[in-house]
Amino acid sequence: MSSHEHHTEHGVASPEITFAHEPAPNTKRIWKTFWILLVLTIAELALGLSHYAFHLEGFLLLFVKGAMIILSLCKAVYIVSIFMHLGDEIRNMRLTVLVPLLLFIWFILAFLWDGVAWRNLRNRYDKPATEQQAVPHDQHKPKAD
Amino acid sequence: MMWIFLLSDTFTFGALLISYGTIRVSQNYWPDPNHVFNAFPLMGHANLPLAFVSLMTFILIMSSVTMVLAVHEGHKRNRAGVEKWLLWTILGGSLFLSCQAWEWTHMITGSHAVLVDGQIKEIGATITQNPYGPAVPGLMHDGHAVTTPGPVGFGGFFFGITGFHGFHVFSGVCLLVLAFVWTKMGRFDNLGHYEMIEKIGLYWHFVDLVWVFVFLCFYLI
Repeated sequence: MSSHEHHTEHGVASPEITFAHEPAPNTKRIWKTFWILLVLTIAELALGLSHYAFHLEGFLLLFVKGAMIILSLCKAVYIVSIFMHLGDEIRNMRLTVLVPLLLFIWFILAFLWDGVAWRNLRNRYDKPATEQQAVPHDQHKPKAD
Repeated sequence: MMWIFLLSDTFTFGALLISYGTIRVSQNYWPDPNHVFNAFPLMGHANLPLAFVSLMTFILIMSSVTMVLAVHEGHKRNRAGVEKWLLWTILGGSLFLSCQAWEWTHMITGSHAVLVDGQIKEIGATITQNPYGPAVPGLMHDGHAVTTPGPVGFGGFFFGITGFHGFHVFSGVCLLVLAFVWTKMGRFDNLGHYEMIEKIGLYWHFVDLVWVFVFLCFYLI
């Protein structure tokens, strides 16, 4: 009963808080999240180091990078939903924060697409610049002499 | 309101990281993070790829945990508990900033032999130049492979984005110190709730969240 009173009082004192806190008897959930984050980070590091150790290329490299991105997104979900308590907020609050983030899908696709197109254009029409990039300085220096 | 601010800040960081990505994919060559970030304090020239940044990441995750524990104690209105965990969080944030200061110093002052206009120069990484280009085949200088200058954008994006993140960490530490002083003065006990700790906690977790993506974009991919 006393915990119920506490919630009501808390709600009056702070209109911005849109959820009632669980009494949260212990910190088990926090530590569990910590271990999950730690394991995800170690997995990311292992992947990051693997493409250094084995000189991955092509599809496999893309796969490893994609896996690291997915692991990072998992970490983000845990931090936001557990540490920042967004998972405990009411639905409207969650949507207010999360829906604008959908714009990022379009931003990322559009800008990276543009970057790749830029590189392709340069490689096709800006030959001298690419040669300078690709051929180290000392290899075409003697020809000039 | 804190959530709305954080949402706007998400877009700021998102814009910075996406512009970095755009420039990066538009280049034919980009430095491999495993070669750039391979130093560790007091280890000399030992090749330890990503070790130091892993430590920094661990420190920041740990400080996020101590922050959430401070918020937890705040719910229970346990002043001593809040003070204890705030202090640990301040320590974690300060450690992270110190690590970043070391990393920047190391990158700016640690010079490498680079071939610029047919001459070998010793340069470090700044926002205008960096030594992380591809190696010149067969050319050695003082026992180290000579490289060409790396893409100009690398330094600007790296120092710009990690600097902006570091500035957020610094502001966070200032807020935490303020929260600690207020807690010590009994301000939240008088108010009857520890909501301010919760808001600062949100900001602190956001800083950790941004680091997840900075870590991904600069050090892993």
